[in-house]
Amino acid sequence: MKAASLTTWLLLSEWRARFVQLIVAVMAIALGVALGFSIHLINTAAFNEFSAASKSLSGQSDLQVYGTRGLFDESLYPRLAQYEGVKLANPVLEFTAIVPDKLESRNNHKLRILGIDMFRAANMSPDLLGVPAEDKLMDGLADDAIFLSPAAKEWLQVRQGDILRLNVGMQSIALRVAGGLTRARAGQRVAIMDIGAAQWHFQYLGLLSRIELKLDAGVRHAIFKEKLQKELGAQFFVAEIVDQEARVANMSRAYRVNLNMLALVALFTGAFLVFSTQALSVIRRRSQFALLRVLGFTQRQLLRQMVMEGFVLGAIGSLAGLAVGYSFAALAIKLLGGDLGSGFFPGIQPSLYLSPIAALVYFFVGLGVTLLGSILPVLEAVRARPAVVLKPGSQDSAMERLSTPWPAMICLSAGILSTQLPPIHELPVFGYLAIALLLIGGISLMPRFAVWAFSFWMRIVNGFISRGRLNAVSLMIFARLANAPNQASIALSGVLASFSLMVAMAIMVLSFRVSVDNWLEYVLPADLYVRAADSGNQGGFQSVEQQIMTALPGFARIDFFRVQQLVLDPNRPEITLFARPIDNANPGNTLPLIGEMMEQTQWPKDSRPLWVSEAMVDLYGYTVGKQVMIPIGNMLREFTVVGIWRDYGRQFGAVQMQLSDYQMLSNDLSINTVALWLQSQTTMTDAYATLQQLPFSDALEITQSQAIRAKSLEIFDRSFAVTYLLEVIAVVIGLLGVAASFSAQTLARKNEFGMLRHIGVTRRQILAMLAAEGTLLTLLGVAIGFMLGWAISLILIFIVNPQSFHWTMQLHMPWSWLILIAGILLVSASMTALTAGRRAVSANVIRAVKEDW
Amino acid sequence: MLELRYINKAYAENRQVLCNLSFALKSGEYVAIMGESGVGKSTLLNLVAGLDKPDSGEVLIEGIEISRLDDEAVTLLRRQVFGFIFQAFHVLPHLTLSQNIALPLLLNHISDDRVNKMLAEVGLQGRGDHFPRQLSGGELQRVAIARALVHRPKLVLADEPTGNLDPDTAHDVLQLMRDEIKRNGASGILVTHSHAAAATADRVLILTKQGLQPAEKVKSI
Repeated sequence: MKAASLTTWLLLSEWRARFVQLIVAVMAIALGVALGFSIHLINTAAFNEFSAASKSLSGQSDLQVYGTRGLFDESLYPRLAQYEGVKLANPVLEFTAIVPDKLESRNNHKLRILGIDMFRAANMSPDLLGVPAEDKLMDGLADDAIFLSPAAKEWLQVRQGDILRLNVGMQSIALRVAGGLTRARAGQRVAIMDIGAAQWHFQYLGLLSRIELKLDAGVRHAIFKEKLQKELGAQFFVAEIVDQEARVANMSRAYRVNLNMLALVALFTGAFLVFSTQALSVIRRRSQFALLRVLGFTQRQLLRQMVMEGFVLGAIGSLAGLAVGYSFAALAIKLLGGDLGSGFFPGIQPSLYLSPIAALVYFFVGLGVTLLGSILPVLEAVRARPAVVLKPGSQDSAMERLSTPWPAMICLSAGILSTQLPPIHELPVFGYLAIALLLIGGISLMPRFAVWAFSFWMRIVNGFISRGRLNAVSLMIFARLANAPNQASIALSGVLASFSLMVAMAIMVLSFRVSVDNWLEYVLPADLYVRAADSGNQGGFQSVEQQIMTALPGFARIDFFRVQQLVLDPNRPEITLFARPIDNANPGNTLPLIGEMMEQTQWPKDSRPLWVSEAMVDLYGYTVGKQVMIPIGNMLREFTVVGIWRDYGRQFGAVQMQLSDYQMLSNDLSINTVALWLQSQTTMTDAYATLQQLPFSDALEITQSQAIRAKSLEIFDRSFAVTYLLEVIAVVIGLLGVAASFSAQTLARKNEFGMLRHIGVTRRQILAMLAAEGTLLTLLGVAIGFMLGWAISLILIFIVNPQSFHWTMQLHMPWSWLILIAGILLVSASMTALTAGRRAVSANVIRAVKEDW
Repeated sequence: MLELRYINKAYAENRQVLCNLSFALKSGEYVAIMGESGVGKSTLLNLVAGLDKPDSGEVLIEGIEISRLDDEAVTLLRRQVFGFIFQAFHVLPHLTLSQNIALPLLLNHISDDRVNKMLAEVGLQGRGDHFPRQLSGGELQRVAIARALVHRPKLVLADEPTGNLDPDTAHDVLQLMRDEIKRNGASGILVTHSHAAAATADRVLILTKQGLQPAEKVKSI
């Protein structure tokens, strides 16, 4: 007989004997790989498509020049067109316009429009050229013509020749759909107009968004870029396509990394399940291995055998995971879009691309995790000495190394240390490492905790027994748990990992939700918010409209806001500037301030106050007391950071300043949002009626703060629903693992039950014993899982979230939910133990005592 | 003490194991039962212990017909009346020696005062806190003997108790078993293939297809 056939025999016999347990382990690995792979596929597809779509709008330019404040004066264009080394300069005005027919869908009512010079764009970005009707070839230059991509046409439900209405400030303008584009990416919603017409209609006269440059052959881009940047100064930045890609990547990186981490967590849970499956298998087969060793199986052969088992498990799980992951990704993109509803990659329709390298990476990650989970059991099997193993009762000394607390203590210490380390490239790498180390350390200590807890109880039980208050069943329950904790603890490790993570996620999500809810209450104090489309570089409400709004009856208070986007760092996404009335003496009345702040008396006389969001502190170093320069009105103006406020709305940063300061520095008196507080006797219906009587009411977007809150929380719940689903799946798989492990262990104890039945222990007593063992052990598991989960939630709340998204939150405990989950786990584990016990006690009692092993 | 009347027992495919078997065991008597493999020795022991039911016939323990009792009642009876010694020892690995021996006492709600005395009697004095993994095979069987007798059962059933032991240890264990059964005033049935083991009993019976026969009679045939 060849060694290979013996390996196959042993492998197949093991699969036959423990099919359910192994299938559960395979499912756990498959789930982890599937999640990781699908998230990778979705993210890559969305990112690639978004990147390609952005590139398609930038054409074949070598460099692009942007204004640091956004739009800039077009006088730069002739200067650049004649600049030495520039072959072609292409001016572009890019903006979004509000589609009045889509106002009801709050986050999906804007159309991206590019104003281009058709003659220059023909050389730089020919794909963007409009395709007019055959009889209207000059439409490309017509001032009422707009060309739409197929996706935009479909979204707007218009065809060539239709009229499209768009809002500009308080006006509504009508444009003629003159045709499609030469080429547009699938799902890309974009419209093209002649640049002059766009500037005129949308009140952007004399303004540009960027100038695209094609350089002469032989000009070195890097040197040219540096020289031009120096000449243009801080008001402009010169970028390459790669900078733009990096910016897109930056925007979604934390989101992508966190999703990937979630997938890794699932895989990690799978690793614990593999460990538990393999460890119990090794314990059960110790005497078989010892016999094989006695018969001449070398240590190396045994090692190969065990590694092969782990390999087969991992390979099947990983392959299944890849298949499921691909299908899941295809389904998710179809149903939720490329950003899974998060809004990071809007207006694109990605298509899935199966990268063989990515598939291989995830295959090997799954395989690696499985083999990692198998290491300890394999070493246990290989190192065991046959003579010792063949002695009765030796199975309780199996995996004894797990009882050594030092590796676990080292893991826990390293985990605690990791929480103190800073992020790497703005990613909470050490935070996640701390979570992994805490899980490994905590779960490794489970047998030790079991010994401590149950030995303590054992002493109490012994006292009761000596006083005749407790019976033999109690003795056997506690003696087993206190003296043979390894096997039972191993069985729990898979579910302990998933339960801990579920507890952690539940605490984190509730803390986040309550914090967001409180924050929304704070940042939306008014009853109604009214917005209007911007009018070029100005807010929609000019002085006239503001006066009309101020004079409206039925309102107790009216605040005006000027909100706009600013670029502080070309490599980062834009930040948001809010200019609004703020109570200088008590800014906490207006802003959700956190941490230290400067009192008004401490503000420097020659500087203006600025309140910054937490992200500004992390990303730009805007700490309290720091003097910072903010571009206002084409000039950099000095402000002093006097306070930090919590902002869950803009993870890339936001600043708030007095509206009066902004208006004085910018000469921009327009505003784009009005907050209205109702008088006590005014009903919401009256308020709506009053607003609808305004001459410009058609251009207004009116929202109740309650509706914004409800909608925001709905989006929050929806985005975390997937997380909950994944966690529930992980716990269910963990429970299946427990069921399979308990069942295998109980069946392995049939000799014991046979003997007990001989000496007069009733079936009911044995079942009670098993149920009690399962319940007590799970109770301990729940307690440890809860502590671990709580510790992990602290890392998620106070390290991972601030480092990833630059916001903090307060800790809130979802007690009722946690008790419910713990109860379900407890009942499931007890029922599992009981069901497994029924099978074991129904086995042939007589045969059971005849078997040695 | 024990009486078997016209016991019949067959297994699947009509394989008749015991046929009209009758047998009586007096109080304090220690009997060895020998026979070829598959002749029904263990079946007989299981019927006596109430772990199996005869197809027909009666098993009386101190006048109680146990084959008519339900599982719960037989279990309670077994708990009080019987002591068991197995070939594979079956000592619970996670209990100490004292706890293993105390099990029948606790099941019968009797004080565990006798545990130390039994440990001393089987030569394991001072080792009550040890775990089974620290013991040799012979020592484990001593624990099993102590456990079988600690609650003063009326009948000890031993199925090949020395099958896993070397001859010297087996001799010691058999001697100990006999002494303990006698000292505790119990009756005993020893099922064995070993002539040496059987020789420690008061009388030896051979189980054949014709039933239980005295060894001398079988020899002469």
